[in-house]
Amino acid sequence: MNSPIAPPPTAAPVRAPADAPARRRGNGRALIWLCGGALAFNLLLVLAQLALIAWNGLGYFWQRDLVSFELGDGRRLLGEVHAREHFRPADHPAAEELPWRIQVKVANREHTGADFVWIEEREIVRRAEPADALHFERSEWGNFHGFLRELHRGEQLLASGDAAWPALLEQIASAERQREALLDVEKGPLGDVQYALDALRLDRRRLELDAPAADERARRTAELDAREKQLDQEFAGLSERIAGLRAELESVRATCELADGTRVELPVGGLLTALRPNEMSTFDKLLCWGGRIFGFLVDQPREANTEGGIFPALFGTVLMVFLMSVAVVPLGVLAALYLREYSRQGPLVRCVRIAVNNLAGVPSIVFGIFGLGFFVYGIGGTIDELFFPEALPRATFGTGGILWAALTLALLTVPVVIVATEEGLAAVPRAVREGSLALGATKFETIWRVVLPAAAPGMLTGVILAIARASGEVAPLMIVGMVKLAPALPIDHHFPFVHFDQKFMHLGFHLFDVGFQSPDVEATKPLVFATALVLLVLVVAMNVVAITLRNRLKSRYAGSAL
Amino acid sequence: MTPPPPPSAPPAPAGAEPILAVEQLELSYGSAPALHGISLAIPRRQITAFIGPSGCGKSTLLRCFNRMNDLVDGVRIKGDVRFEGSSILGPEVEVNELRKRIGMVFQKSNPFPKSIYENVAYGPRVHGVKRTAELDDIVEKSLRGAALWDEVKDRLHESALGMSGGQQQRLCIARAIAIEPEVILLDEPCSALDPVATAKVEDLMLELKKRFTLVIVTHNMQQASRVSDWTAFLYMGRLIEFGRTEELFVKPREKQTEDYITGRFG
Repeated sequence: MNSPIAPPPTAAPVRAPADAPARRRGNGRALIWLCGGALAFNLLLVLAQLALIAWNGLGYFWQRDLVSFELGDGRRLLGEVHAREHFRPADHPAAEELPWRIQVKVANREHTGADFVWIEEREIVRRAEPADALHFERSEWGNFHGFLRELHRGEQLLASGDAAWPALLEQIASAERQREALLDVEKGPLGDVQYALDALRLDRRRLELDAPAADERARRTAELDAREKQLDQEFAGLSERIAGLRAELESVRATCELADGTRVELPVGGLLTALRPNEMSTFDKLLCWGGRIFGFLVDQPREANTEGGIFPALFGTVLMVFLMSVAVVPLGVLAALYLREYSRQGPLVRCVRIAVNNLAGVPSIVFGIFGLGFFVYGIGGTIDELFFPEALPRATFGTGGILWAALTLALLTVPVVIVATEEGLAAVPRAVREGSLALGATKFETIWRVVLPAAAPGMLTGVILAIARASGEVAPLMIVGMVKLAPALPIDHHFPFVHFDQKFMHLGFHLFDVGFQSPDVEATKPLVFATALVLLVLVVAMNVVAITLRNRLKSRYAGSAL
Repeated sequence: MTPPPPPSAPPAPAGAEPILAVEQLELSYGSAPALHGISLAIPRRQITAFIGPSGCGKSTLLRCFNRMNDLVDGVRIKGDVRFEGSSILGPEVEVNELRKRIGMVFQKSNPFPKSIYENVAYGPRVHGVKRTAELDDIVEKSLRGAALWDEVKDRLHESALGMSGGQQQRLCIARAIAIEPEVILLDEPCSALDPVATAKVEDLMLELKKRFTLVIVTHNMQQASRVSDWTAFLYMGRLIEFGRTEELFVKPREKQTEDYITGRFG
């Protein structure tokens, strides 16, 4: 047979057979090129998408220089240049070259109305990069661009002129410590008191439901009253402390000048970071860039998700996928074991197999609705009635939560695991099973000790596919417990530590929320890329973990010694 | 061609009670008959070889001894096989217990995808041995018994799949003797091995004969004549001739046997 690949030119020439032209047409070289081309095209598309997301997502964290513009109509702006493009004004003569315009992020949302403005380059009279231009990241109202003039505590002037900048940095550092102290109180003692008050309310309700004898009731009511009084006192004390810390944070104020000369006062307690970007070296900016990426991953979101980090969404996604894997593995593996090893292979089993395969093609929102009806209302509602009657009508498990979301996704992905496990089981040679049986092992022992371990890589392949599918799934989660904002993590220090009934955030939905539900789409567009990048990296990371595990299992007993 | 009726009574091996006795055994896969009225007795602590052309039923007969045919759908068996005097074909027989006493080595070596140690320890573990010291002991003894110890003692915890073909087959023998069976069935154990590995396995069989009863199915007539004490020639599901190996090969009673062993057919 002639090989489809041409012999290397150095090889001795082979005399072409008489029917050479006909055979050359049939030797499939064109098909090979077609296949290779299709593969290359696909790879290019994937790489281009990754590159686009990475460039835009990572670029978001880079601190650009602040440029001040003076325009022909007397307007003055200070901002970061984000884009430059040709545009066609309404009255533009066709023959002339199109003018340029640039997109400037001017920040100062409360004064300018929008973060971004477009200005025409031909209107610019003067353009400069003042060294003392300031960039603040604030806890409210987004970023601030301007110039620092004075620093006050109450009526007292702390610093002004050149001395104001170092003083401001000091004040910001101390404000950060105060903010942390405030957060500690709010999350720690205050949270505990609120939690205890909530528990107390449930205890009262439980007392009502129990309806004990009069003296017993009086005794327990007195107990609860005493506890409530104590908690109320604690609460009042903590509230006072918090008010004090807040006032402290508000007391120091920075007087700044906007680009157009307006003076504004900003409480230093609301400033997260202060930079003079035009004075920063590339290395400084690189450090700042890394710090911001880190902050993005570990911080809480702010301003209705349009700023700050994505930590709760990241955590929710990972925990949900983890719970899903824990649920789907036993379910899928046991089902596949029965289908492949125990059931009699007949028309019924064939039908079941077809049904399982088709289950994988059911639109995911259908699973969401099923999860809502079955898990949330059915099982969750029953659990509430049986175990949490004192909380009704407020639902505990009878509403969407991370457990129900994980189980819904487990149902969604179980066909993948079943199919992969079945293939893994089928690949275990009959000879190996016979070897085990011939040693006097029962069928169960053979499956448990020989077949399952040998099929483990196949099962893990199924889990990998399930994870890949589950971590990208959003639609069904929207109705079984995923929410836009849930800053409290499902794991905390209150018993029982893991709260399966809690609602959670998810990167996929966060992406949608940030990208399409926020008031200023222009400002949040880079966040969409950054979040998408995190989601992609997360999926890849979870897959890499599973693949590494599989390869380790495979290589453990493969013929590595030869 | 109708072969002559087989000898009606199994020839009694000299000087020993047979360990396995087959009586008028008939077996069919669905409607296809595979064995016709076979009777023979396997002598204790000897090597008995089954020879015959492909499809003559020798492997099927061998697999009756440890009930491996149970795994095939639609098998019907008539007649009887007695092991140490009691029938092993009835539904009341504890198959796992039977297989513990009658071990098997297959045509293609089939080590488990586990370490060498775990392969040998598998049988004892299944039958309830848990103590590590005891297992270590069994593994060493079995590997020594299979003449494999010196080759693998330094890599007991490496994968069994990294061994050579001959080593794998001897590992399967070690695995079989680890549960101290009384009979070892060998189903063409050397058909996938080169001559050197084959010689090693044959030496091993002669060694094992001192402790176990061996029944071997083989295609290779030289092998049968080299290692076995007794030989049975099967053809088309019938036992044509059964007797002492030296007699059967030198002076066969049946014409068909002579034709086969001289290479005129098969």
